[in-house]
Amino acid sequence: MQVINDLLARLPFATIEQHDKEYTVIVPKEKLRETAILLRGLRVKPAMTGIEPLAPAVTDTEARVPATDTEAFATATSGFEFDYLTDIVGMDYGEELGVIYFLSPSRYPSYGLILKTSTADREKPEIDSIFDLWCAAALYEREVYDFFGIVFTGNPDMRRLFLRQDWNGYPLRKDYDANPALNPVPTNNEALADMENLPTTSIDINGERLKEHTKLFETEDYVVNFGPQHPATHGVLHLRVSLDGETIKKVDPNFGYIHRGIEKMSEAYTYPQILHLTDRLDYLSGTINCHATCLCVEKGLELEVPERAHYIRTIIDELTRIASHLLGWGCMAMDMGSITAFVYGMRDREKIMDIFEETCGGRLMANYSVIGGVMQDIHPNFQKRVKDFIPYMRKMLKEYHLLFTGNPIARGRMDGIGYLSKEHAISLGATGPTGRASGWSNDVRKIEPYAAYRHADFKEMLRTDGLTFDRYIIRLDEVEESLKILEQLIDNIPGGAYAAKTKAIIKLPEGEFRQRVEAARGEFDVYINSRGDKYPYRVKFRSPCMTLVNTLAHIAPGTKVADLIMLGGSLDYVVPCIDR
Amino acid sequence: MFHFSVVTNWIDEFLRAYLPDVWVLLIEYVLIGAVILGVYAVLALVLIYLERKICAFFQCRLGPTRVGPWGLLQSVADMVKILLKELIKINRVDPLLFRLAAFLVIIASICTFGALPFDEGLLVVDFNIGVFYLLSVSSLGVVGILMAGWASNNKYTRIGAMRSGAQLISYELSCGLAMMTIVMLSGSLQLSEIVSQQSETWNIWRGGIPACIAFVIYLIAGHAETNRGPFDLPEAESELTAGYHTEYSGIQFGFFYLAEYLNMFIIAAIATTLFLGGWQPLHIPGWDAFNTTMDFIPPVLWFFAKAFACVLLSLWVRWTMPRLRIDQLLKLEWQILMPLALIDILLMALWVIYF
Repeated sequence: MQVINDLLARLPFATIEQHDKEYTVIVPKEKLRETAILLRGLRVKPAMTGIEPLAPAVTDTEARVPATDTEAFATATSGFEFDYLTDIVGMDYGEELGVIYFLSPSRYPSYGLILKTSTADREKPEIDSIFDLWCAAALYEREVYDFFGIVFTGNPDMRRLFLRQDWNGYPLRKDYDANPALNPVPTNNEALADMENLPTTSIDINGERLKEHTKLFETEDYVVNFGPQHPATHGVLHLRVSLDGETIKKVDPNFGYIHRGIEKMSEAYTYPQILHLTDRLDYLSGTINCHATCLCVEKGLELEVPERAHYIRTIIDELTRIASHLLGWGCMAMDMGSITAFVYGMRDREKIMDIFEETCGGRLMANYSVIGGVMQDIHPNFQKRVKDFIPYMRKMLKEYHLLFTGNPIARGRMDGIGYLSKEHAISLGATGPTGRASGWSNDVRKIEPYAAYRHADFKEMLRTDGLTFDRYIIRLDEVEESLKILEQLIDNIPGGAYAAKTKAIIKLPEGEFRQRVEAARGEFDVYINSRGDKYPYRVKFRSPCMTLVNTLAHIAPGTKVADLIMLGGSLDYVVPCIDR
Repeated sequence: MFHFSVVTNWIDEFLRAYLPDVWVLLIEYVLIGAVILGVYAVLALVLIYLERKICAFFQCRLGPTRVGPWGLLQSVADMVKILLKELIKINRVDPLLFRLAAFLVIIASICTFGALPFDEGLLVVDFNIGVFYLLSVSSLGVVGILMAGWASNNKYTRIGAMRSGAQLISYELSCGLAMMTIVMLSGSLQLSEIVSQQSETWNIWRGGIPACIAFVIYLIAGHAETNRGPFDLPEAESELTAGYHTEYSGIQFGFFYLAEYLNMFIIAAIATTLFLGGWQPLHIPGWDAFNTTMDFIPPVLWFFAKAFACVLLSLWVRWTMPRLRIDQLLKLEWQILMPLALIDILLMALWVIYF
């Protein structure tokens, strides 16, 4: 695209590769921040001697100053910007530690830009932070710091994200010492004090690096722990909330209680083995995660998957999406006190689980996709049962609207609460139904149609208000769209083999492979870096839920305690997806 | 009509014939106490069973089916379990207030329960200020709740208790005003007097539109007083784990639990007494044959049938509606129910004067 080429022409120091709609830009780490500011579409100071004083996260258009030095640029690009930071991936290349930023312009979502930088210093690696350019970046940087020890200069919160604050070593580095004696299992009851100090490294005017600590909460704040054991956190999530009466002042999400190190485990597993771990990320869209990983490996192998397998996978994905949205709907209703609605949602989800049990053998962990196709052909009853389910679900959707959507108390609770603007949603990377409720068109099924989605005619559900009610209703609308997809595909499953033949030992050629899919909660990405071995060199899963919890921390302040729970329900995050 | 006064009078005369007055009184006090506690416990079990069954039917489930036929003994089993459970000692609670709280809540509930007129001759004391007594004793429970929340030394319980304080004290107002509307209609605070006035037509019919409005206000406010349904903020499970009784276990928790269920019944029973004719059978003026048939059904049955109908209404609301937020809850009371109740009192005054 001309605009991107013009933009990249302003980076003389960068190595640029273009592959179809994907640009790879490699910059030295000193130039990272300058590049990032440019890509974000912000003003660049003519003399980039040092880093500008860091401003709070850019969320509104006012911060973007159309200054004279970028005037020519602004007219040429007409405000073109890579405003969606999909993910930040840390890498250990052996000698060097690297960071990969996946960017995308929300206006032209099929284009992508991969920004890479690296540092040779393994002892004290430091890279400039971009936390103020994208709201999502702060948390991603913490994750990279946690696993690779790369300190992001300027990020005001450099605590570990998943591991304990006193953990020794950085586990995803190749030279990590996994000796249990280094990190013994604590047996004493301990205070959470070390969670309250936020270590930061910043740069003062003279270019000196300062290490300091800031406090998370004020001393007189009334801090309530929501979780790790709490009925409304949908898993073992720990939210530390400071309150003023019933009004929320600040939310600090604290992850890692069920962190299993799936990315680390993947490095020691073969590709077919990894598939079984993917179901356990976001367990409510397990088949979709598994599908994504298969697609990614198949992309690397350049394997031709039979059309029948594509159709079956797509149908299973959509059934999973319906099941997940039903549970999400029910949980949100339960968070607002309506237990009956929860039981209704579970009841109808059970029908889908029965279909899965018959065809896949598993209910929650279906493990159905394998590399090259699906594990078994569909059960003879499959098509009939899905066809029975479609009219049943339509009838039940009416009942849901009757029971809950039209309820004056429910409407009173949801109306006007939890506003998330489109720009904010993009900056936070709040994909999926949450972003679409704010008017951000981000459906990967439409952007990069995979599997059998190109054969289905469906609408991407979009709403404009970005309020809790929009996030609520969009899920039920999406269930209807999914039913439409099922209706179109179920009778047209082509014949033939259900899986392509693969070698006994699957070795991925050297290179980087990435696959985006639309999971029930948002964009799920698989990134595989292979060195030609039967084990991957690095696997990274983008968690749609981590950004959703981050979104909660951004939109909850100012609302009431009851709203915090309801907002959590409306964002519909699943904790194992965050704690990979 | 068979009134229970026959039985109670017979017992009284029987005792008086053989014993001096002091002993008679003593035995009767013990008897009454035992009967009230027994009925209280049995009613609680029945209500818990009913709630579980009815809520199950609302949710397309079966509810308890295993213990006894149709799961009838389930709540008995639960009671045995709760009696056998350990009372967990919690660090850094205020031990006196912590223990006192559970008793206060259940004592307030039992005191209210004791003053209900189940039938002619089946009420403990026939105060001439019965309505006032009901109001004052039932509002004692909030002290226990606040105490429990404070003494538990837990942030959730404290938020729950504060919510509860705000909620109960607010809704007490429209509850009381709705009751006063009926007091204006009957011109008496005595419960037996209020009931006997309704022998031909019930208050809800006698009082016309103002009484109907008062009935609706009373049902909403009373429902809110029981901390249930859309008004269960003090113990909002999804927000505050269990609200003010988070830290309680065993029979101490059981007291809160029993009191909650019995309060639901008490609210329904007061509604029955004030608005639906108490133990009076359904009479329609002019339909003599119908009225005579209705008279054959014992008044105690009438009372319980009406009360359980109100309880069913409360269950229905609880299992359908989501929860209100605290500001919406207070707004409903102070901006809608209370002004409405005040206007309704004026309306009732006009009704009493002109009709």
